[in-house]
Amino acid sequence: MAGKTLYDKLWDAHVVRTEDDGTALLYIDRQLVHEVTSPQAFEGLRLAGRQPWRRDAVLATADHNVPTTDRSKGIADPVSRIQVETLDRNCNEFRIQEFGMADRRQGIVHVVGPEEGFTLPGMTVVCGDSHTSTHGALGALAFGIGTSEVEHVLATQTLLQKKSRSMLVRVDGELGKGVTAKDVVLAIIGEIGTAGGTGYAIEFGGDVLRQLSVEGRMTVCNMAIEAGARAGMVAVDDKTIDYVRGRPFAPRGEHWEAAVEAWRDLHSDPDARFDRTVVLDGSRIEPTVSWGTSPEMVAPVGERVPDPDAESDPVKAEGMRKALAYMGLEPGTPITEIRPDRVFIGSCTNSRIEDLRAAAEVVRGHHVDPGLKQAMVVPGSGLVKQQAEQEGLDRVFTEAGFEWREPGCSMCLAMNADRLEPGERCASTSNRNFEGRQGQGGRTHLVSPAMAAASAIAGHFTDVRAL
Amino acid sequence: MEPFKRMSGIVAPLDRSNVDTDAIIPKQFLKSVKRTGFGPNAFDDWRYLDAGGPGMDNSQRRKNPDFVLNQAPFDRATILLARENFGCGSSREHAVWALTDFGFRVVIAPSFADIFFNNSFKNGLLPVVLPEDQVEALFQAVRAEPGLELTVDLAEQVVIRPDGERLGFDVDSFRKHCLLEGLDDIGLTLQHADEIRAYEKRRREEAPWLFEGRGA
Ligand code: SF4
Repeated sequence: MAGKTLYDKLWDAHVVRTEDDGTALLYIDRQLVHEVTSPQAFEGLRLAGRQPWRRDAVLATADHNVPTTDRSKGIADPVSRIQVETLDRNCNEFRIQEFGMADRRQGIVHVVGPEEGFTLPGMTVVCGDSHTSTHGALGALAFGIGTSEVEHVLATQTLLQKKSRSMLVRVDGELGKGVTAKDVVLAIIGEIGTAGGTGYAIEFGGDVLRQLSVEGRMTVCNMAIEAGARAGMVAVDDKTIDYVRGRPFAPRGEHWEAAVEAWRDLHSDPDARFDRTVVLDGSRIEPTVSWGTSPEMVAPVGERVPDPDAESDPVKAEGMRKALAYMGLEPGTPITEIRPDRVFIGSCTNSRIEDLRAAAEVVRGHHVDPGLKQAMVVPGSGLVKQQAEQEGLDRVFTEAGFEWREPGCSMCLAMNADRLEPGERCASTSNRNFEGRQGQGGRTHLVSPAMAAASAIAGHFTDVRAL
Repeated sequence: MEPFKRMSGIVAPLDRSNVDTDAIIPKQFLKSVKRTGFGPNAFDDWRYLDAGGPGMDNSQRRKNPDFVLNQAPFDRATILLARENFGCGSSREHAVWALTDFGFRVVIAPSFADIFFNNSFKNGLLPVVLPEDQVEALFQAVRAEPGLELTVDLAEQVVIRPDGERLGFDVDSFRKHCLLEGLDDIGLTLQHADEIRAYEKRRREEAPWLFEGRGA
């Protein structure tokens, strides 16, 4: 018999029962909850007179709607305010632990979970949010679910799931200087396409993944969903264990020792078989910029906006034309001639301390281009913000003309006051460049934190390696 | 949940691939704490010429005449036809709620994003996967005859064209059963509560750290 993949191991350990057609009842170890996808789930519980199955397995925090400016005035938008207050009320009523808006630990769910050690290797982790795949970086099976499923997990601690197929994305070799986890994942999506991972759980492996920090692996797993895969994951190694050690919710003492021993097995066996394997050469990945309205529409910074007329697939060519029209770009334009109006450094993809350090390094001693309307940094959590301030990064940013904000999703999806105006162009470290994602008519270019910082200084996209 | 057995209706052709859930229901409408009322804002950015927000009177807004769902008879469509990777992006179930609230009962596409696909079944919306060439043929048929009706029969797993041609599709037997009967997933799962407890007991012994959720 062939060995098991990491995905097989995680899956098998969580099956409670299986239906005849293979649908499994999967046990869920952790659920994260935010204000946008939970109100209808709590309402469902209330209507059915049900209680949460296991309160200690749930952690809530508000992130999508929260203001990133001075919070002492509360939330100005009454509709956003109701949603955040509804979360507070639901957590109170159902006695679920919540990091409220005033809590220093509040932040984007996918930053908070690992940071607290609430999500751990070997766990099944869900959240009513597609970027739950982030937690897979710890060697966990983590995926986004819909609101009906949020309610199902609250009520039963389980989910009905069909097992996905397995894909290995191996990135061999070594990354060049100035090339980051974000460039790696954009290159992967560019390679396999936004639907390439549909129906699969992806394991990211190879030398490059081993070299990446756990935070970098989170950036990669975060965007698994942008390649169509619900779950992305990375095998456990010493880095994972060092990352988890000592975090507030991490096991201690004897339990820690036992946990580490179990986690050491969280990798694919050498003879494990994947349904599909994709191999990339890490040394050929370059700083990458998205030019269209889908995360597969990317190009290395040194190249030009592609020409739809050169695309042989007519459906694809039409998609490119629509994207370029929306983005206000001409085929053949050098990427380095594109000028953003705003620069956003933040989101669950790139708002951890390493991201802020990487951006600050580029910014230090420079000033944002006067042509820019705004450049902002939004840390992923209150604790990231605090750490950055201890390191003096906030001053590096503010002295260069960046705004330094309170933690939250912010301009990643513009549900709060931070958004693009129609036609505005943004260099963004977030994960989605869909039409209207950052504000109606807004145009998003996905980049790494270092590339976003460099574009803020130069006033146009520029190769961070040349600085 | 409302059961789904068999239905017939007008097909609206939405000739795009990668239709994402941000497009199906833009984020400003996610601020609602309810499950209903999303229909008037389905595809809001494509459907209206002005910027929409929660609480607006949508009947007073300027509609985009070029958008298919604003054109008769597609404004009465109950079957949506689209290209590959429909429903990608955000996990928001609001996208499904917006489609059902608009009146759709079926979406036909060559492929769907996983989370959207799951969410659909929980809400009585049937996602039908047909091969690309059959989808292309349906697009051509609808273009030739706007207002064309299809019949979708879940028990038999077929889409039936007006000329009687039957296009078979796959569906997991467990999902099919739940949708045909309109079963409540949670109630169904709770019938296995003892098995869940037995699993927990075993895991607590094997991996006790999984059960100490409280922070230091
Ligand atoms: S930062 Fe963006 S992608 Fe991440 S959870 Fe928030 S809205 Fe979603």
